[in-house]
Amino acid sequence: MAGLGGRMSTVIKSKISRMLDRAEDPGETLDYGYQKQVEMLQNVKKGIADVVTAKKRLQMQNTKLEQQVVKLDTQARQALSQGRDDLARMALERKTLAQTELQSLDTQINELQGQQEKLTENEQKLRTKIEAFRTKKEVIKAQYSAAEAQVKISEAASGVGEEMADLGLAMQRAEEKTETMRARAGAVEELEAAGTFDDITQLGSGQDDIERQLQELTSGAQVDDELAKMKAELGSGDEESPALEQGKDNA
Amino acid sequence: MIVRIAGEGQFRLPDEDAGRLNELDNRAVSAAEQGDETGFKELWSQMLELVASDGNQLDEDELVESDVILPPRDISFAEARGEFTGDGLIPD
Repeated sequence: MAGLGGRMSTVIKSKISRMLDRAEDPGETLDYGYQKQVEMLQNVKKGIADVVTAKKRLQMQNTKLEQQVVKLDTQARQALSQGRDDLARMALERKTLAQTELQSLDTQINELQGQQEKLTENEQKLRTKIEAFRTKKEVIKAQYSAAEAQVKISEAASGVGEEMADLGLAMQRAEEKTETMRARAGAVEELEAAGTFDDITQLGSGQDDIERQLQELTSGAQVDDELAKMKAELGSGDEESPALEQGKDNA
Repeated sequence: MIVRIAGEGQFRLPDEDAGRLNELDNRAVSAAEQGDETGFKELWSQMLELVASDGNQLDEDELVESDVILPPRDISFAEARGEFTGDGLIPD
Protein backbone atom coordinates (compact mmCIF):
# COMPACT_ATOMS: atom_id res chain seq x y z
CA MET A 1 0.00 0.00 0.00
CA ALA A 2 1.66 3.14 -1.19
CA GLY A 3 -0.56 5.94 0.01
CA LEU A 4 -1.50 7.21 3.45
CA GLY A 5 -1.30 3.76 5.00
CA GLY A 6 1.93 2.90 3.28
CA ARG A 7 3.76 5.97 4.36
CA MET A 8 2.59 5.68 7.96
CA SER A 9 3.44 1.98 8.09
CA THR A 10 6.93 2.59 6.70
CA VAL A 11 7.72 5.33 9.19
CA ILE A 12 6.38 3.43 12.19
CA LYS A 13 8.07 0.18 11.18
CA SER A 14 11.41 1.88 10.70
CA LYS A 15 11.05 3.36 14.18
CA ILE A 16 10.30 -0.09 15.59
CA SER A 17 13.18 -1.77 13.85
CA ARG A 18 15.58 0.89 15.08
CA MET A 19 14.19 0.31 18.56
CA LEU A 20 14.64 -3.46 18.33
CA ASP A 21 18.00 -3.45 16.53
CA ARG A 22 19.62 -1.98 19.58
CA ALA A 23 19.06 -5.18 21.45
CA GLU A 24 20.81 -8.35 20.35
CA ASP A 25 18.60 -10.97 21.93
CA PRO A 26 14.95 -11.06 22.95
CA GLY A 27 15.80 -10.79 26.63
CA GLU A 28 17.65 -7.59 25.92
CA THR A 29 14.82 -6.45 23.72
CA LEU A 30 12.52 -6.86 26.68
CA ASP A 31 14.87 -5.01 29.01
CA TYR A 32 15.31 -2.28 26.48
CA GLY A 33 11.55 -2.20 26.03
CA TYR A 34 11.04 -1.66 29.74
CA GLN A 35 13.61 1.06 29.84
CA LYS A 36 11.87 2.77 26.93
CA GLN A 37 8.51 2.22 28.59
CA VAL A 38 9.60 3.96 31.78
CA GLU A 39 10.94 6.90 29.77
CA MET A 40 7.80 7.01 27.70
CA LEU A 41 5.42 6.85 30.64
CA GLN A 42 7.28 9.76 32.23
CA ASN A 43 6.99 11.69 29.00
CA VAL A 44 3.29 10.88 28.75
CA LYS A 45 2.73 12.15 32.29
CA LYS A 46 4.56 15.36 31.45
CA GLY A 47 2.65 15.63 28.17
CA ILE A 48 -0.68 15.23 29.96
CA ALA A 49 0.34 17.82 32.57
CA ASP A 50 1.23 20.27 29.77
CA VAL A 51 -2.14 19.77 28.14
CA VAL A 52 -3.92 20.33 31.47
CA THR A 53 -1.94 23.53 32.12
CA ALA A 54 -2.73 24.91 28.67
CA LYS A 55 -6.40 24.01 29.18
CA LYS A 56 -6.57 25.75 32.57
CA ARG A 57 -5.06 28.88 31.10
CA LEU A 58 -7.67 28.97 28.34
CA GLN A 59 -10.44 28.30 30.88
CA MET A 60 -9.32 31.29 32.94
CA GLN A 61 -9.39 33.48 29.86
CA ASN A 62 -12.82 32.13 29.10
CA THR A 63 -14.18 33.15 32.52
CA LYS A 64 -12.66 36.63 32.23
CA LEU A 65 -14.10 37.21 28.80
CA GLU A 66 -17.55 35.99 29.86
CA GLN A 67 -17.53 38.59 32.64
CA GLN A 68 -16.50 41.31 30.19
CA VAL A 69 -19.31 40.37 27.83
CA VAL A 70 -21.89 40.81 30.58
CA LYS A 71 -20.34 44.11 31.66
CA LEU A 72 -20.14 45.53 28.15
CA ASP A 73 -23.71 44.48 27.45
CA THR A 74 -24.94 46.31 30.52
CA GLN A 75 -22.94 49.40 29.61
CA ALA A 76 -24.28 49.40 26.08
CA ARG A 77 -27.83 49.33 27.39
CA GLN A 78 -27.08 52.11 29.86
CA ALA A 79 -25.50 54.25 27.19
CA LEU A 80 -28.37 53.59 24.82
CA SER A 81 -30.97 54.54 27.37
CA GLN A 82 -29.11 57.83 27.71
CA GLY A 83 -29.27 58.38 23.98
CA ARG A 84 -25.48 57.92 23.71
CA ASP A 85 -25.41 55.74 20.60
CA ASP A 86 -21.67 56.37 20.14
CA LEU A 87 -20.76 54.86 23.50
CA ALA A 88 -23.25 52.04 23.09
CA ARG A 89 -21.72 51.21 19.73
CA MET A 90 -18.23 51.16 21.22
CA ALA A 91 -19.34 48.81 24.00
CA LEU A 92 -21.11 46.55 21.52
CA GLU A 93 -18.08 46.40 19.25
CA ARG A 94 -15.96 45.23 22.13
CA LYS A 95 -18.62 42.80 23.21
CA THR A 96 -18.69 41.28 19.72
CA LEU A 97 -14.90 40.93 19.69
CA ALA A 98 -14.97 39.24 23.07
CA GLN A 99 -17.74 36.88 21.94
CA THR A 100 -15.79 35.86 18.86
CA GLU A 101 -12.80 35.06 21.05
CA LEU A 102 -15.04 33.12 23.42
CA GLN A 103 -16.29 30.88 20.64
CA SER A 104 -12.82 29.98 19.51
CA LEU A 105 -11.68 29.45 23.12
CA ASP A 106 -14.54 26.97 23.62
CA THR A 107 -13.44 24.95 20.60
CA GLN A 108 -9.85 24.92 21.78
CA ILE A 109 -10.70 23.92 25.33
CA ASN A 110 -12.73 20.99 23.98
CA GLU A 111 -9.89 19.99 21.72
CA LEU A 112 -7.41 19.97 24.60
CA GLN A 113 -9.85 17.99 26.71
CA GLY A 114 -9.99 15.41 23.92
CA GLN A 115 -6.20 15.25 23.73
CA GLN A 116 -5.95 14.76 27.46
CA GLU A 117 -8.42 11.86 27.43
CA LYS A 118 -6.79 10.23 24.44
CA LEU A 119 -3.29 10.34 25.94
CA THR A 120 -4.53 8.89 29.21
CA GLU A 121 -6.27 6.08 27.36
CA ASN A 122 -3.22 5.35 25.19
CA GLU A 123 -0.95 5.26 28.21
CA GLN A 124 -3.20 2.59 29.72
CA LYS A 125 -3.15 0.58 26.49
CA LEU A 126 0.63 0.56 26.38
CA ARG A 127 0.82 -0.63 29.99
CA THR A 128 -1.49 -3.53 29.11
CA LYS A 129 0.61 -4.48 26.08
CA ILE A 130 3.86 -4.46 28.02
CA GLU A 131 2.28 -6.63 30.67
CA ALA A 132 1.04 -9.05 28.00
CA PHE A 133 4.51 -9.14 26.51
CA ARG A 134 6.07 -10.11 29.81
CA THR A 135 3.62 -13.00 30.24
CA LYS A 136 3.95 -14.13 26.66
CA LYS A 137 7.72 -14.21 26.81
CA GLU A 138 7.65 -16.76 29.61
CA VAL A 139 5.09 -18.93 27.80
CA ILE A 140 7.10 -18.87 24.58
CA LYS A 141 10.32 -19.78 26.35
CA ALA A 142 8.64 -22.78 27.95
CA GLN A 143 6.99 -24.04 24.76
CA TYR A 144 9.46 -23.47 21.94
CA SER A 145 13.05 -24.27 21.13
CA ALA A 146 15.52 -21.45 21.64
CA ALA A 147 15.60 -20.48 17.96
CA GLU A 148 11.83 -20.57 17.58
CA ALA A 149 11.38 -18.69 20.83
CA GLN A 150 13.65 -15.96 19.57
CA VAL A 151 11.51 -15.47 16.46
CA LYS A 152 8.24 -15.53 18.43
CA ILE A 153 9.53 -13.09 21.00
CA SER A 154 10.76 -10.76 18.29
CA GLU A 155 7.28 -10.80 16.77
CA ALA A 156 5.71 -9.99 20.11
CA ALA A 157 8.30 -7.28 20.68
CA SER A 158 7.32 -5.74 17.35
CA GLY A 159 3.73 -5.68 18.56
CA VAL A 160 4.76 -3.76 21.67
CA GLY A 161 7.12 -1.59 19.65
CA GLU A 162 4.30 -0.57 17.36
CA GLU A 163 2.19 0.46 20.34
CA MET A 164 5.08 2.52 21.68
CA ALA A 165 5.73 4.17 18.33
CA ASP A 166 2.03 4.96 18.06
CA LEU A 167 1.92 6.51 21.51
CA GLY A 168 5.02 8.49 20.57
CA LEU A 169 3.14 9.90 17.60
CA ALA A 170 0.06 10.72 19.70
CA MET A 171 2.29 12.55 22.18
CA GLN A 172 3.98 14.50 19.48
CA ARG A 173 0.68 15.62 18.03
CA ALA A 174 -0.60 16.57 21.49
CA GLU A 175 2.52 18.65 22.06
CA GLU A 176 2.11 20.43 18.75
CA LYS A 177 -1.52 21.21 19.54
CA THR A 178 -0.64 22.42 23.04
CA GLU A 179 2.06 24.63 21.55
CA THR A 180 -0.47 26.18 19.15
CA MET A 181 -2.90 26.76 22.03
CA ARG A 182 -0.16 28.38 24.10
CA ALA A 183 0.59 30.78 21.29
CA ARG A 184 -3.13 31.41 20.99
CA ALA A 185 -3.52 32.05 24.72
CA GLY A 186 -0.55 34.41 24.53
CA ALA A 187 -2.18 36.32 21.68
CA VAL A 188 -5.44 36.69 23.59
CA GLU A 189 -3.50 37.93 26.62
CA GLU A 190 -1.82 40.53 24.43
CA LEU A 191 -5.20 41.69 23.18
CA GLU A 192 -6.37 41.89 26.78
CA ALA A 193 -3.30 43.87 27.79
CA ALA A 194 -3.92 46.24 24.89
CA GLY A 195 -7.38 46.86 26.33
CA THR A 196 -9.27 45.34 23.44
CA PHE A 197 -11.86 43.79 25.73
CA ASP A 198 -11.84 46.44 28.44
CA ASP A 199 -15.18 47.78 29.37
CA ILE A 200 -15.62 51.36 28.38
CA THR A 201 -15.17 52.75 31.88
CA GLN A 202 -11.63 51.35 31.89
CA LEU A 203 -10.24 53.03 28.80
CA GLY A 204 -6.71 54.24 29.27
CA SER A 205 -5.06 57.61 28.83
CA GLY A 206 -6.41 59.81 26.09
CA GLN A 207 -9.86 58.44 26.80
CA ASP A 208 -10.39 60.42 29.97
CA ASP A 209 -13.13 62.44 28.42
CA ILE A 210 -15.15 59.38 27.51
CA GLU A 211 -14.52 57.94 30.94
CA ARG A 212 -15.69 61.10 32.63
CA GLN A 213 -18.75 61.22 30.43
CA LEU A 214 -19.51 57.64 31.27
CA GLN A 215 -19.14 58.17 34.97
CA GLU A 216 -21.51 61.05 34.66
CA LEU A 217 -23.84 58.83 32.70
CA THR A 218 -23.68 56.09 35.30
CA SER A 219 -24.47 58.39 38.17
CA GLY A 220 -26.95 60.21 35.98
CA ALA A 221 -28.54 56.90 35.11
CA GLN A 222 -29.12 56.06 38.75
CA VAL A 223 -30.97 59.29 39.21
CA ASP A 224 -32.88 58.80 35.99
CA ASP A 225 -33.64 55.26 36.98
CA GLU A 226 -35.15 56.36 40.19
CA LEU A 227 -36.98 59.10 38.43
CA ALA A 228 -38.38 56.63 35.89
CA LYS A 229 -39.51 54.34 38.70
CA MET A 230 -41.15 57.23 40.43
CA LYS A 231 -42.84 58.26 37.24
CA ALA A 232 -44.10 54.71 36.75
CA GLU A 233 -45.42 54.64 40.29
CA LEU A 234 -47.23 57.85 39.60
CA GLY A 235 -48.62 56.28 36.42
CA SER A 236 -46.79 58.49 33.95
CA GLY A 237 -44.11 56.11 32.53
CA ASP A 238 -41.99 57.33 29.62
CA GLU A 239 -40.19 55.64 26.70
CA GLU A 240 -36.84 55.12 28.39
CA SER A 241 -37.72 52.97 31.34
CA PRO A 242 -38.44 49.75 29.38
CA ALA A 243 -34.90 49.83 27.93
CA LEU A 244 -33.41 50.10 31.40
CA GLU A 245 -35.54 47.29 32.76
CA GLN A 246 -34.57 45.08 29.86
CA GLY A 247 -30.92 45.83 30.54
CA LYS A 248 -31.25 44.58 34.05
CA ASP A 249 -32.98 41.38 33.03
CA ASN A 250 -30.25 40.39 30.66
CA ALA A 251 -27.28 41.38 32.78
CA MET B 1 -5.28 -8.40 7.74
CA ILE B 2 -4.46 -6.19 10.72
CA VAL B 3 -5.05 -2.46 10.38
CA ARG B 4 -4.04 0.11 12.95
CA ILE B 5 -5.59 3.53 13.11
CA ALA B 6 -2.91 5.65 14.74
CA GLY B 7 -3.93 6.69 18.23
CA GLU B 8 -6.89 4.28 18.33
CA GLY B 9 -5.68 0.72 18.17
CA GLN B 10 -5.65 -2.34 15.92
CA PHE B 11 -8.48 -3.99 13.98
CA ARG B 12 -8.72 -7.39 12.29
CA LEU B 13 -10.28 -7.12 8.81
CA PRO B 14 -11.09 -9.81 6.25
CA ASP B 15 -8.23 -10.10 3.75
CA GLU B 16 -10.67 -9.28 0.92
CA ASP B 17 -10.84 -5.72 2.25
CA ALA B 18 -7.22 -5.08 1.33
CA GLY B 19 -8.09 -4.30 -2.30
CA ARG B 20 -10.91 -1.93 -1.38
CA LEU B 21 -8.81 -0.16 1.25
CA ASN B 22 -5.93 0.15 -1.16
CA GLU B 23 -8.17 1.60 -3.85
CA LEU B 24 -9.62 4.20 -1.46
CA ASP B 25 -6.13 5.03 -0.28
CA ASN B 26 -4.86 5.61 -3.79
CA ARG B 27 -7.83 7.81 -4.60
CA ALA B 28 -7.34 9.76 -1.36
CA VAL B 29 -3.72 10.32 -2.32
CA SER B 30 -4.57 11.66 -5.74
CA ALA B 31 -7.25 13.92 -4.24
CA ALA B 32 -4.65 15.28 -1.81
CA GLU B 33 -2.14 15.77 -4.60
CA GLN B 34 -4.69 17.64 -6.67
CA GLY B 35 -5.58 19.90 -3.76
CA ASP B 36 -9.13 18.50 -3.63
CA GLU B 37 -9.86 18.82 0.07
CA THR B 38 -13.53 17.81 -0.11
CA GLY B 39 -12.69 14.72 -2.14
CA PHE B 40 -9.91 13.80 0.22
CA LYS B 41 -12.09 14.14 3.32
CA GLU B 42 -14.84 12.04 1.74
CA LEU B 43 -12.42 9.23 0.80
CA TRP B 44 -10.67 9.36 4.15
CA SER B 45 -13.96 8.97 6.00
CA GLN B 46 -14.84 6.05 3.71
CA MET B 47 -11.57 4.37 4.70
CA LEU B 48 -12.34 4.86 8.39
CA GLU B 49 -15.88 3.58 7.86
CA LEU B 50 -14.59 0.44 6.16
CA VAL B 51 -12.35 -0.32 9.14
CA ALA B 52 -15.20 0.42 11.56
CA SER B 53 -17.79 -1.71 9.73
CA ASP B 54 -15.66 -4.73 8.78
CA GLY B 55 -13.03 -4.67 11.51
CA ASN B 56 -13.00 -6.18 14.97
CA GLN B 57 -10.86 -4.41 17.51
CA LEU B 58 -8.05 -6.59 18.82
CA ASP B 59 -7.86 -7.37 22.51
CA GLU B 60 -5.50 -5.05 24.30
CA ASP B 61 -3.18 -7.90 25.25
CA GLU B 62 -2.77 -9.22 21.70
CA LEU B 63 0.73 -8.64 20.39
CA VAL B 64 0.78 -8.53 16.62
CA GLU B 65 2.25 -6.25 14.03
CA SER B 66 -0.11 -4.36 11.77
CA ASP B 67 -0.13 -4.88 8.01
CA VAL B 68 -1.22 -1.31 7.49
CA ILE B 69 -1.03 1.69 9.78
CA LEU B 70 -3.42 4.49 8.95
CA PRO B 71 -2.82 8.07 10.08
CA PRO B 72 -4.72 9.52 13.05
CA ARG B 73 -8.45 9.99 12.44
CA ASP B 74 -8.16 13.77 12.76
CA ILE B 75 -5.39 14.12 10.18
CA SER B 76 -5.75 17.52 8.54
CA PHE B 77 -5.70 18.08 4.83
CA ALA B 78 -2.42 20.00 5.21
CA GLU B 79 -0.88 17.08 7.09
CA ALA B 80 -2.09 14.61 4.49
CA ARG B 81 -0.55 16.70 1.76
CA GLY B 82 2.67 16.91 3.77
CA GLU B 83 2.75 13.11 3.69
CA PHE B 84 3.42 13.23 -0.02
CA THR B 85 5.63 16.26 -0.25
CA GLY B 86 8.27 14.59 1.89
CA ASP B 87 7.65 16.19 5.27
CA GLY B 88 5.75 13.17 6.52
CA LEU B 89 3.51 13.08 9.54
CA ILE B 90 6.34 12.04 11.82
CA PRO B 91 9.84 13.38 11.29
CA ASP B 92 12.32 10.50 11.08
